[in-house]
Amino acid sequence: MEKKLILRGILAGAVAGLLAFLFARVFAEPQIGRAIDYENGRDAAQAALDKAAGLPAEAADPDLFSRTIQADVGIGVGMIVFGMAMGALFAVAYTVCLGRVGGLRARGLALAVAGGGFLGMYLVPFLKYPANPPAIGHEDTIRARSGLYLLMVVCSVAFLVGAAWLGRRLQPRLGNWNATLLAAGAFVLAIGAVMLILPPLGHLASNKQHFGDHPTETPLPLTDAHGRIVYPGFPADVLFSFRLYSVAAQLLLWSAIGLVFAPMAERLLRPRPEAALRGAAPVPA
Amino acid sequence: MEQGRTIPEGGLTLSSISVPRPAATPVVLPVSKAVLWLVGTAILALAAYYFVGVDQGAVSVFGKDMHIHEFVHDARHFLGFPCH
Repeated sequence: MEKKLILRGILAGAVAGLLAFLFARVFAEPQIGRAIDYENGRDAAQAALDKAAGLPAEAADPDLFSRTIQADVGIGVGMIVFGMAMGALFAVAYTVCLGRVGGLRARGLALAVAGGGFLGMYLVPFLKYPANPPAIGHEDTIRARSGLYLLMVVCSVAFLVGAAWLGRRLQPRLGNWNATLLAAGAFVLAIGAVMLILPPLGHLASNKQHFGDHPTETPLPLTDAHGRIVYPGFPADVLFSFRLYSVAAQLLLWSAIGLVFAPMAERLLRPRPEAALRGAAPVPA
Repeated sequence: MEQGRTIPEGGLTLSSISVPRPAATPVVLPVSKAVLWLVGTAILALAAYYFVGVDQGAVSVFGKDMHIHEFVHDARHFLGFPCH
């Protein structure tokens, strides 16, 4: 049974990843293109400033893949592999939860686990460290940023599991409504405390040293030696659209995992009346 | 044509149509038996998550090579992972 469930989870994840890829290709790629144009323009302006100041030019990174490959194939492979991985994790969580989480049935449980995956693996970490388009993010801090982001993912998932367990423990004494509210409140308090403790990305030591006291790494206007703005800050509309589409794509991905998996699980888990009949009245030879 | 449609006398009573509520997700899998499959799947899934999201950025299993990073570059940004 667990093998069948896992296989269906991966299948649902692949379908979900494909849908998320199509969404990304249509909605996200134009924004990513604008972000990369901004980055190139800013690099050129910075190079001109450096040249005027007599500083050596920085060598550009070589392009291993063209933008066409990255925007048409790379993002597709990335989204589908991510979808399959999430579908597999989803199936593992679903299998463990089966019959252990109260009155939920096959399809309802699928949606509940998918909702938990969306919250824990993406949305709650996003609230603290939102997705950023290219051009945002300093190379020196990639280590710290990855560590902090993954820490947020681990805490969100762990606290969600803890909240589900707490809710189950409180349910007999307090009833469904109050137990759910209390468990949700405990989750918000615990993850809120972690969010308060972890530093904003702009406050990382190397950022404070090089860029001053800012909350994020989003590029501010570039100024010359006299303080005149020679290149604008990162366009706010591109940043907003990119983040909105990022949330939408993950919502689409997790909804698809839940909705594709639900009917397959229902069919798999339904007790088969014909099998029971056959067992009761064997066919005469 | 009308013969097939007979309405039972007295109609349906509530008790005759109420079916017992099917047990919530009827199967409880013994996790101890399925543990190998569950743990193995989780490890492979996390490895895929790592290669799409993290490898050749903060840490790298293939040293300085950047092919995976550059290939899935757009997906990495869009899925919310930190990138250069």
